[in-house]
Amino acid sequence: MNTLTIFKRELTSYFTQPTAYAIVIIFGFLSILLAFTIGNFWAIDDASLHGSFFRSIPLLLMILVPAVSMRQWSDEHYTGTIELLGTFPINLRSAIWGKFLASAMVWALALALTFPIVSAVNYLGDPDNWTIFSGYLGSFLVCLTFLAITTLVSAFTRDQVVALIVSVAICCLLTICGWEPVINEVRRTGPDAAQAVDIMTKFGIYSHFFEATLGKISITSLLYFFGLIIICLLGTNLVLKSQRA
Amino acid sequence: MIEVTGLTKRFGSKVAVDDLSFSVNKGEVLGFLGPNGAGKSTTMRMVTGFLPVSAGKIKICGISMTGRPKAAKRKIGYLPESAPLYKDMTVQGFLKFCASLRGLGGSARRQAVEKSIETCFLENVARQSIGTLSKGYRHRTCLAQSLLHDPEVLVLDEPTDGLDPNQKLEVRKLIKNLGKEKAILFSTHILEEVTAACTRAVIVDQGVIVADGTPEQLTKEGGGSLYDLFHKVTTFETPAA
Ligand SMILES: Nc1ncnc2c1ncn2[C@@H]1O[C@H](COP(=O)(O)OP(=O)(O)O)[C@@H](O)[C@H]1O
Ligand SMILES: [Mg+2]
Repeated sequence: MNTLTIFKRELTSYFTQPTAYAIVIIFGFLSILLAFTIGNFWAIDDASLHGSFFRSIPLLLMILVPAVSMRQWSDEHYTGTIELLGTFPINLRSAIWGKFLASAMVWALALALTFPIVSAVNYLGDPDNWTIFSGYLGSFLVCLTFLAITTLVSAFTRDQVVALIVSVAICCLLTICGWEPVINEVRRTGPDAAQAVDIMTKFGIYSHFFEATLGKISITSLLYFFGLIIICLLGTNLVLKSQRA
Repeated sequence: MIEVTGLTKRFGSKVAVDDLSFSVNKGEVLGFLGPNGAGKSTTMRMVTGFLPVSAGKIKICGISMTGRPKAAKRKIGYLPESAPLYKDMTVQGFLKFCASLRGLGGSARRQAVEKSIETCFLENVARQSIGTLSKGYRHRTCLAQSLLHDPEVLVLDEPTDGLDPNQKLEVRKLIKNLGKEKAILFSTHILEEVTAACTRAVIVDQGVIVADGTPEQLTKEGGGSLYDLFHKVTTFETPAA
């Protein structure tokens, strides 16, 4: 119940301020733009959208997700409203989940708004829509993971800019270290690099995300995403509790 | 209804509240006086269950705050020092939100919101966004939040801070009225408020109670002036943390 109350408040708050609108629109615009430019949408005849559209999604999300949610807990510290939440007869857990799910809703909406590209491939050919759906699911899992990281980081500081910078840095690290160009670069350094490549691929978000865009989501990948999410949210609880001690 | 014994709070090596004991009964308004940095807000944050205690016991209507925090919190209405609010909400929306978290729903919630809007004279701004309100209205919106569930215990941290003289007068009257039915703990560093609204007052300095009594007793103790007493028993500059 309390989770729902807080969820509703947060969601309303996102859409009474221009930030969420702006970022959802920027995301929709850029993701489609990138699909047609560096994604080579026309040239590669990519009906699953794997190589054109989905390829650049994590690169956008690693910056835009923290931008939407940097205020999640830092503002609560900054304005002191955490003192209200902390003295209401509610569990901290419900507040953390309520806020997290509200941001998740914003991203579900943002992803949904990229539907024109799905209509486009359906109009142009006969794509495997299950694979596309799986790609969207993967994108959403990336959103949730970055969101959980932002949640945790924003619990540490009352300064939303600091929260933004630190969470972008962490999300970038997760994204870049599994990104093809970087992996290729490391691989080129010699045969000894094999192990490093292996670790980077497993640790990075791209390998897990790519699986999804190809239509297969493995248990390992699910464990990776949900593991990170749960660790970050439990960490948030711990940080918020220990700050008062 | 508020029973505090041996309350202590340490921030690192700094002792902000030092072995404080006091109680407030129904029908009492206890004024919590003291210079800035005396430990008033820290005490209230512990009494309301926001800060964990370093040592000591807090009982609200017989319920231990450390043992059953949720049950104890239900009995308290709290106005934090900075009167924090969600600025993107309307006054009514904010109160509705707080009432929901207080477990009120349906018509009970609507009535609670209406009543506290009325009590705090917020009718004119009920539909206005909090971000556009003047400081006095904001303060009263946060005060209204503390009254929603008609709590038996009220903890108000500098409830008249930042209000103009008329508003100060209104809020003091309000506290005095509410105090007939409830147990109220309120902090201030304005000495007139003690005589205007309190049935009893304690003066705190560096985390310790240095004077305790009815306003009349305290005035007498200070040789006819509360100011003199305050000056005598408190340190001029509390060293920074
Ligand atoms: N979170 C905190 N960390 C460290 N010191 C604190 C913290 N909160 C309060 N203090 C210190 O505790 C003392 C009492 O503060 P406070 O309770 O706010 O005083 P008052 O409300 O009486 O002005 C001050 O010296 C303050 O610096
Ligand atoms: Mg204070």
